[in-house]
Parts: sequence; C-alpha cells; structure tokens
Amino acid sequence: MPIDIAARVLANRPLSSDYNVLALAAPAIAAIATPGQFVMVKANAGADPLLRRPFSIFEILRDARGDVTGITILSKRIGVSTSLIYDAREGQRIDCLGPLGRPFTIVEPPTHACMVAGGVGLAPFATLAQALRARRVTSTLFYGARSAAELFYLDFFRDLGVELLLTTEDGSLGERGRIVAPLDRRLAGMPASTGVMIYACGPEGMMAATAKTAMKYGRPCEVSVERVMGCGLGGCYSCVVPMRGADGVVHNVRSCIAGPVLPGDQIQWD
Amino acid sequence: MDLSVHIGALTLKNPLIAASGCFGYGVEYADVVDLSTLGAIVSKGLFLKAREGHAAPRIVETPAGMLNAIGLQGIGAQRFIDEKMPELRARGATVIVNVCGTTIDEYVEVSRMLADTEGIVAIELNISCPNIKEGGIQFGCSLNGTFDVVSAVRKVTRLPVIPKLTPNVTDIASFARSAEEAGADAISLVNTFLAMVIDVETRKPKISNGMGGLSGPAIRPIAVRMVHECRQAVKIPILGMGGITNARDALEFIIAGANAVQIGTANFVDPFIWPKLLDGIRDYGQRHNIARVSDLVGTVARSHD
Repeated sequence: MPIDIAARVLANRPLSSDYNVLALAAPAIAAIATPGQFVMVKANAGADPLLRRPFSIFEILRDARGDVTGITILSKRIGVSTSLIYDAREGQRIDCLGPLGRPFTIVEPPTHACMVAGGVGLAPFATLAQALRARRVTSTLFYGARSAAELFYLDFFRDLGVELLLTTEDGSLGERGRIVAPLDRRLAGMPASTGVMIYACGPEGMMAATAKTAMKYGRPCEVSVERVMGCGLGGCYSCVVPMRGADGVVHNVRSCIAGPVLPGDQIQWD
Repeated sequence: MDLSVHIGALTLKNPLIAASGCFGYGVEYADVVDLSTLGAIVSKGLFLKAREGHAAPRIVETPAGMLNAIGLQGIGAQRFIDEKMPELRARGATVIVNVCGTTIDEYVEVSRMLADTEGIVAIELNISCPNIKEGGIQFGCSLNGTFDVVSAVRKVTRLPVIPKLTPNVTDIASFARSAEEAGADAISLVNTFLAMVIDVETRKPKISNGMGGLSGPAIRPIAVRMVHECRQAVKIPILGMGGITNARDALEFIIAGANAVQIGTANFVDPFIWPKLLDGIRDYGQRHNIARVSDLVGTVARSHD
C-alpha cells in the first residue's frame, strides 16, 4: 500500500546545471521500496503546477545505525516541476507518494546482469545494483550520456563492484556514440550457456534499441518506461504503453501499475 | 451534520462521489481509500465492447488544470460485471456505472446488462465525452438527442438514470430541462471543456488526439455558474463537478445547487483527499449550525445583500 508523506528535504545536491539529487525524509516509503519502484512527487502547494510527477527511487538513505531514513530522487531540470525540484531548499516539505509500481525481477547467480542507462535513466539502477550485489550477481552498467559532465555516480557503482562501460555522444569520456553499441558487442561475445538479464532505462529510442538488441540475442530484457503520468495509481489511464498480450493482440497497458518495469519484448516499439 | 443525499429512491451516505474516468474502476484505489466511506464511485465509461483508446501522450498539464484525451479506453460492460463488481461489492462500494454508446441501442443494451447486476445503484449516461467522434457527445450536444437517449434508457431500468451533461453548449440549462422531461432522476455536470494545447516549437498539439477535455481548478468558476443555471431550470438533483480540490470548493457547488459533488482531477493529485473533504464539510456544518447538508443545496444568496 502506498504512503503519502509531506517529506522534509534533507539535502539538495546539484550534480550539474540541470541534474540534482534530492534527499527526502520518507522512511516509511524507504522501508518497503524495492528496485524499480517510483514515487509521485509534488514540490509546490496549490494548483499550478497541479499534478505530481513520477520519479524512480534513486537511493535508499540510512543513518549510522543502518536504519532507513528516506530516499533520494535523481532529477533533470526540463520544465516547471523539475525546476522546483532543482531549486528545492533544505527543510522544505515535498509531497511524496509511494512506493508505486512493479519492480525489477532480480536474478540469481550465475546469471550476469547488464544494466543499460541513458541520461537520467540511471535512476533505478543504484538500488538495483545494490540488490544484485547482495545476491552476489555480477553486473555491468552500460551508461551513456551526452558528455562526461553528465555521467554521475560512477564511483558509487565501482564501489559495488559493478563493471562500467561508458559512452558519450561527444566522446569526452568512454566510447563515442550510443550505449547500445557496446551492449551489442558484449552480447555477441557471450556463449549461449551464460545466463544474462538485461535491464534498461533511458530515452525511448535507447530503450527500444536495447530491447531489440536483447531480442536479437534471445536474451530477456526488462525496461523501466517513462510516460506522462497523471496519478501513478491506475486511475487516469494516461501512461499507457502498447503491449502485445498473451492473445497476440496489442493492448494499451497502464505503465503505472503494470510497470514501470515491463518486458521489453512485449512492448510495441514505434 | 446529516450528510446523506437523496437521488430519486437512492440514498447516498454522503455527497462525495468519485468522478468517472478519474477513479479507474474503483478497485485501483481499494488499498488507498476505504471505498465504503464514499457516497458513491462512478465507473470508467463502459461500452458494450472493450476499447483501446487513443495513443499516448494522452494528457498535458495546463495552468491550474489538465487536458486529457484518453479516448474511453475500457474493458466493456461484461468484463466490468465479471471482473470488477465482485471486489467492489466485497469492499462495500456504492457503484454508479457510467454508460457509453455509439447508438441509442448500445446505451440501452449496456444499461440493461448493468442494471441487472447486484451492487449497481444508478446509471450515469455519458452523452458528453468530447474526445471520441462516434459516441456520446453527438447526443449530448442536441436537445432531441439528449431526450431520446434518456427516455430510451428510462424505459429499461428502474435504477436512477443520470445523464452527464457537456458544458460545450451555449445554454446548458436547456439540456438539463430536456433530460428532466425525458425522465432523468438527476443530472451530472459538467464534463470537460473541449480545449487545445500546442507546442510552439514543433507546432504540434501536445496530446495525440489534438484536442482534449480540460478539467481541474481552472474550470471551476464556469462549472459553478452552470450548476447554478441548471438549478434554476430543473427540480431533479444535480451532481456537480469541475475542479473541486477541497471542502470549500465542494460547498461552493452545493450552495450553487448541487445535491452531491464529484471529485475527479483532485483525486489524481491527492488520493487521500476523501476524509479531508468530509471533515471540512462537517466542520462547516458545525460553524454555520447546519443540520443537514441538503439544507445548503441551492442557497446562494443575492449579491450585495
């Protein structure tokens, strides 16, 4: 059952002129959240902007004793609501409803995990990487962004023992180009007997390319989709994704309750 | 304060109703809200058959509001009866069904199916969805069409029949009169206002359907005016809605002439809104020494008195 908390802002850390990490005192949400779930956030009182915005739960915060204290969200400033998130001040209250949605399937060894992130799509992978490590699953983060300045938290993943493969569109760090290229090479080089699970989150084109690459090699792939979302609870039918059902017919599926994590091979990519 | 509301032979325990299209089929909210505490819930619009609706993006935010064109995606009447009603009954929900049709025969058939289902207490007729070409609004934008749909459904059920009126007409009160003359037990108003948002960079509409229905606080003063106009025109109960976000807003509709109110967009922002609304209405009743919420209906005072 989701919980609505008027969460105090514990810290607001800008990562760049667009990206920030907002820490929210929401222990009740943190205590029950699982990797891939999201929260619906509203940073202003009143009706303008009116609706909440969905954010993946980025990190689970703990105090010195190891007790959960809250969550963080990773935000990229795009419009009015994300500007309010970017400019939020410590001590301010922000409405935070969650945890919501269907999480990632966490694999077991010896299956290897490939996490594929584009830009702000890094968000669900911090908690996923921790959960995979707790199960001793080896993992690789394929992480692409426009430039080196937009690749964040690399040490966080290195410290968890995650292999990093980076790409930038301008070549300023890692390989120049899109993140699907190194993923494709890695999958091509893997014997069929090696189990692999692919997790993806990022721009629509990147997720479509990742899902198609996974299908090419016959590998399972879960994508965390981002849609314009009105409520996060299945009430408004805004956030639908066309998916091929068991009947072979394409149906519009609500990504807030059927997802946000969905099987990549069932989505009808444009 | 006595919060009960009478609509024909039907009594609701309080005047708060979850609006159609804003509450899924009700079961989605069963973990968040005790459904039995609401006056009623109105189902998402139901046709005879399932529909997939429009492509995304289906909503865009606007100043103090939102524009939607979902396209009445839905599972159809039979699956609603089979898959959703058992849980709604178990949860003690008071269920009003929102019935859609592309022809009068479809309205009649869907109404007949649903009226025979245990736990359904009233039929709201969707003759006002602005977002699909082939259903509803062609009836709701014509006085004769409104009369014909209501009187046809009236003949096949004893449940209260409640047409939901569109605000996209010049004189909504005349539609209220048409509905009353055709035998409606109550009317719901307003559905959304047909509207449009364009991305000036791409010059494309911001939702896939091009145009959509505007809801939220932005429309509230217009909706209040329309409820007030309809209150002058008809005697049957009015279920008023349009941008209600707190108890004060709900009371404004009731004073304007609504016997009950529906909450839609605000439920997206705050799914825990229901007890807050009830508390606010009770508090108002105490402060103003009002014994029954029904005593407030249509009590707008003359200005400058």
